[in-house]
Amino acid sequence: MTITLERPMVRRKESPAPQANGGQYAIETNGLNIYYGAFHAVRNVEMKVARRKITAMIGPSGCGKSTVLRCFNRMNDLIPSARIEGEVLFQGENIYADYVDSVEVRRRIGMVFQKANPFPKSIYDNVAWGARINGFKGNVDNMVERSLRGAALWDEVKDKLQQSALGLSGGQQQRLCIARAIAVEPEIILMDEPASALDPIATLRIEDLMQELAKDYTIIVVTHNMQQAARVSDFTAFFSVDEQRTGHMVEFGPTDQIFTNPSDQRTEDYITGRFG
Amino acid sequence: MSQNTQAESGVGMPKEAEYSELVARRQRQGRIWAMVFQAATLVGILALTALLYNIVTESFGLVALENEVDPISLAVRGIPLEELSKEQLQTILEANISAGLLRRFENDQPFAERDRESVYGLVLERVVEPRIVATWTLQESLFQREQIEAEIAAKYPNAVLEFRSWVNPNFVSSTQSSVPIQAGVRTALFGSLWVILITILFAFPVGVGAAIYLEEYADDNPINRLIQTNINNLAGVPSIIYGMLGLAIFVRTMQPLTSGALLGLADASTANGRTILSAGLTLGLLILPMIIINAQEAIRAVPSTLRQAGYGLGATQWQVIWHHVLPSSMPGILTGTILSISRAIGETAPLVVIGASTFIAVDPNGPFSKFTVLPIQIYQWTSRPQDEFRNLAAAAILVLLALLLTLNASAVLLRNRFSVARAGM
Repeated sequence: MTITLERPMVRRKESPAPQANGGQYAIETNGLNIYYGAFHAVRNVEMKVARRKITAMIGPSGCGKSTVLRCFNRMNDLIPSARIEGEVLFQGENIYADYVDSVEVRRRIGMVFQKANPFPKSIYDNVAWGARINGFKGNVDNMVERSLRGAALWDEVKDKLQQSALGLSGGQQQRLCIARAIAVEPEIILMDEPASALDPIATLRIEDLMQELAKDYTIIVVTHNMQQAARVSDFTAFFSVDEQRTGHMVEFGPTDQIFTNPSDQRTEDYITGRFG
Repeated sequence: MSQNTQAESGVGMPKEAEYSELVARRQRQGRIWAMVFQAATLVGILALTALLYNIVTESFGLVALENEVDPISLAVRGIPLEELSKEQLQTILEANISAGLLRRFENDQPFAERDRESVYGLVLERVVEPRIVATWTLQESLFQREQIEAEIAAKYPNAVLEFRSWVNPNFVSSTQSSVPIQAGVRTALFGSLWVILITILFAFPVGVGAAIYLEEYADDNPINRLIQTNINNLAGVPSIIYGMLGLAIFVRTMQPLTSGALLGLADASTANGRTILSAGLTLGLLILPMIIINAQEAIRAVPSTLRQAGYGLGATQWQVIWHHVLPSSMPGILTGTILSISRAIGETAPLVVIGASTFIAVDPNGPFSKFTVLPIQIYQWTSRPQDEFRNLAAAAILVLLALLLTLNASAVLLRNRFSVARAGM
C-alpha cells in the first residue's frame, strides 16, 4: 500500500499554496481549545503525534480525551454547539483552514469507534462502500480482500462475504470496522476505546492488529485501559480534568517514561491507581 | 395504642408479617389495574365487533323480488325465457320497450354485434324488470324466517323470496344506478384508487423531503422551530378545513391546471377544477403533516453511530443520508405513510367541499376526470330513504374495508422486504 505523506489537502486556486515542508508530525496541535456552547471542554492542548507510531490518550472519564480525538478528523463538526480555537495541523496543514473540506479530512484521517458500528449490509459491502463513495476505481474484490487481510479478518469471513455484517461477533465487527477504515487508504487511524466492549481475547487481537497497522499508519488511540496503553503505545498523553470540569493535557511523552517515571504527580497518582 | 406502636416500629423497612401483608396489598392493586386495562381493551373489541356485525348483517339477507312482467308470460311457444335464442329475445325487447330506449341501446352497441347474453341481460333488466320490494337483515333472515314468509304471503303475493349477498361481483363491477338492484361501486372504487394514487405521488416525496430537510439540514433557529411547531399543529387541523383550502387553491385558483385545460385536455370554456387531481392534492395536503412527523421520528431513530460510521469514512452529508439514513428509516417512514393513506382513503368531508360528484356513472379515466369516491358513495346511499340503499351502503363499506386492507397489506409487505434487506441478508 503506497502512502504519500507529503500529499497536501485539495485546495482551490485562491487558497494558500502548500508548505514546502509537509510537517514533521502526523498531527500537531497549537493552542487547541474546545467548547460545547458556553462550556469550555478542553483547554490548551499542545500535542505532537509522531508518524507511524501508536499514541495513546489516557485519563479519567470526562477529561476530554475523546473530544480531542474527534477534533483530529473534524467529527466534532457534526455537533452543532461544538466550537474550536487554535490549530490542528495534519502534516503541517491546518485541517480547520477555510479551504479544507471536512470530507477530505475524514477520508485521510479514519476513525474506529468505541462500539463496533458496521453498516447493516453484507460484510463485502461494508468494506466496499467507503471506497466506492470516495471514487475508488479498479478491482473491488481485490481491494476488499486486501482490506480484510489488513484487519486480520479475511480467513474468518472469506466464505461468507455476502452475509450480514451484523451476524459477526463483537470482536469481528470491530475488526470489520478497521478493515472498512483502511479500505479508503487513510494516513491516520483514530481509535476511540476500540476494545472497551470486547472480551480479553478479542481485545488482544485488536491490540496485535494495532501494532501490525502501525507499520503503515499513524494510530492514535483513546483508552481507559492503562495496561493496554502500556502494552501497545509508543507515546502516551495523560489528560486530566480541573474543578471547572475543563479537560487539559497534563503530560505527554514516550510511554515508558510516562509509566515508569512520570514528571507530574497527577500522572503518577493516576497510573498507580491513587487517583481520586 | 396500636397506631403508636406502628408509628414507632414503622421506622425503617416493615417487619416480616407486616411486609407480607404489604406485598399482598401491592399485588392486589396491580391486579385491579390489570383488570381495568383489560376492560378498556374489551370495550374496544366490543365496539369493533358491533361495527362488523352491523355491516355484515346489512350486507347479506333475504330480499323479496317482484317482477314487472312474469318471465313465464314471455315464453315463446312453450320455450321458457332463459332458453330463447338471441333473435327471439331481441323481438321481445323490441315489443316491450320504447323506440327511444331501443335506439340508445343500439347506439351503445349495435344489436348485430351483441351476443345472446347481452340481449338476455337487457330483457331481464328492462322487460322483466325485477324490483326489490322488501329487504331483511341477515339476523332477521336467519332467525325470523317464518315471520318473513308469512309477511310476504300477506303483502306481496307475487314476490319471490331470495337470499341476496349485496356484495357480489356484479356490485363491484357495475356503475352507480338509481335502481338498487343494478347499482354498483365501480365508479367510486376507481375514483378512490385514482385519488389515492395522486395523494401518494404528491404527499410521499414532499413529506419525506421535508422531513429530511428538517431533521438533517435545518439549523435550530427560531424560524425552523416555528415551521416545526406549525407542522405539528397542522396535523390536528380538522379535515373540512383542508377541504376549504383545496377548494380555494386547487379548484378555484389553479383551475386551469387542475381541470386539465392548461394541458389542452379539457375545453377551457366548460372546464372546472373539481377533478381527481384537486382531490388528490387536497388529501395530500391533509396527510402531509402526518407523513412529515412520522418520517422525522423514523429519521431521528436512526442511530447516530451509523451516521458517524458514514462520515468517518469521508462520506458527504448527502451520501450518508441517501445510503444509510433513508434506507434505515424507510420501514418507519412506510409505517407512517400506511397510516396516513388509510386515513386519506376514508376521508369524506374535504371531498364534499371540493365537490366530488354524488351521482356519476362514468369511470374516471385520468387525473382530470370528475369523480366520486367510496366514502362519498356510502354517505350518499345512507342518506336515501329506501331500505335497499342502506344495504348497498353496508356492502360498499365492506368494499372500502377490503380496499383498505389490501393497500395496507401490500404496504406492510413492502416494509417487511425493506427491513429484511436492511439486515443485509
